[in-house]
Amino acid sequence: MKRNLVCIICPRGCSLLADITENGVTVTGNACPKGEEYAVNECTNPVRTVTATVRVSNRHNTMASVKTAMPVPKDKMMDVMKALRSTQIEAPVAVGDIVLKEICGSDIIVTKAVL
Amino acid sequence: MIMVQYDIVIVGGGPAGMAAAVAAYDAGCRDVVILDREVQAGGILMQCIHNGFGLHKLGKELTGPEYAAVYEEKVRSRNIPVYLETTVTSVSPDKIVTAQNRHGILKIQAKAVILAMGCRERSRGALNICGSRPSGVYSAGTAQKLVNCMGYQVGKRVVILGSGDIGLIMARRMSYEGAKVEAVCEVMPYSGGLTRNIVQCLEDFDIPLYLSTTVIQIHGKERLEGVTIAQVDEKRHPIEDTKRYIPCDTLLLSVGLIPENELTRSAGIPIDPVTNGALVDENCQTKVPGIFACGNVLQVHDLVDYVSEEAERAGVGAVKYINGLKASNTCIETKAGFGVRYVLPQTITSKDEDVALFLRVTQPFGKVKFSVTEGNKVLATTKKLKAAPGEMEKITVKASALQSVTGPITVDLEVL
Repeated sequence: MKRNLVCIICPRGCSLLADITENGVTVTGNACPKGEEYAVNECTNPVRTVTATVRVSNRHNTMASVKTAMPVPKDKMMDVMKALRSTQIEAPVAVGDIVLKEICGSDIIVTKAVL
Repeated sequence: MIMVQYDIVIVGGGPAGMAAAVAAYDAGCRDVVILDREVQAGGILMQCIHNGFGLHKLGKELTGPEYAAVYEEKVRSRNIPVYLETTVTSVSPDKIVTAQNRHGILKIQAKAVILAMGCRERSRGALNICGSRPSGVYSAGTAQKLVNCMGYQVGKRVVILGSGDIGLIMARRMSYEGAKVEAVCEVMPYSGGLTRNIVQCLEDFDIPLYLSTTVIQIHGKERLEGVTIAQVDEKRHPIEDTKRYIPCDTLLLSVGLIPENELTRSAGIPIDPVTNGALVDENCQTKVPGIFACGNVLQVHDLVDYVSEEAERAGVGAVKYINGLKASNTCIETKAGFGVRYVLPQTITSKDEDVALFLRVTQPFGKVKFSVTEGNKVLATTKKLKAAPGEMEKITVKASALQSVTGPITVDLEVL
């Protein structure tokens, strides 16, 4: 089976062609090795980095932005969001602080410091 | 009134302002100050919590706030002062910067000024959409700030007009937050956003993208109740029998960005009618000597990485100006030829170094060859597999090729 994909790793957005056979996935059209990795993942286990926010309980109208430290399976994106919706943190937090551990296979980390 | 002196005053503490400050410092100027009207530096990056920043410039994929934090640290480690909650109200041609903050009015005599005010969004008023004026109609960036920084839920059932990157990013963001995005409408026959964003923001969430389609009416009294959309013909006029009503409580407008050049204009600095930014040379110097412009106030960029690079040229250029290194009589104009909407810088004032020309194409093309020419003489060429208005192109002209140039140079594209 052949699949046309657009690489989402960088803004270049290479048009990829993935040829899926019993022996694995062959990728053409990629300008760099990351494109091949993306296409293989996309055909076997598509993953995404989820970026979102969590409420800072001790600051007025303030959100801390967060992300999954690693990409998570695409069909688990909304599970990550669900876990974050019921999460609050307390300031101060620094970039890289862990908010939640092991959600859908990844830690959730802070991307914006709140003093 | 306080009157202070700085060698370089930078207006705006976003990615452009911070990168310009760091570059000026590293080029030897120790007397730099950044003025910003917000409570924190970082500019628009602080609400761009999605990832994809920094791949080109920093070699890693970061979110907006993380990218800003890298530059904040560079600014902090060099002890470059940043005046926050300080709004610049005027910049004069003799480089007196007037600003206002809680302490009162501040006047700074600068030797050089770098304008890095960024851009703002076009609003509903610029579109003339008919209908009532209910709540629930936001510019996409405003909604982004309300959701990402303040934690409001702006709506549950959303239509987005405009398929630029901010519109696409917000389609995903609203979906993450549990809203149903009914449609993204784009008046042009192609999307203005990056292809990767169409894939990861729309296709991942099964959000339809309607091209050559626009919102022609807004319905609702207190709160938005729905919009009427219609396809448009080649003149962008709505086609009557394609009208369709979509119930929604929120309309996000992602319909273009306008460089925020009020200060630039009041300083008497000439503006390019196509970029809506100042006319500049290869050091980002405007037509008023000693005043520089960089980042989205100069031209609207698609990637922050290129904003940082442009700002570095402005920072270094300002230091060169202060040191009096600029004394050339060269003045080569650049022109946009076939298929090219604009070329920046608009003038080249030195033949000593290679010059990078930045441009956007007028419409999507397949495989193309860009050529920089003076009459029949070809100075540089580069090929691309595809070119789109949403993606800025860059061509470098070697100093050796510039030596013989006397008149204007033109950038054209040829479809291969």
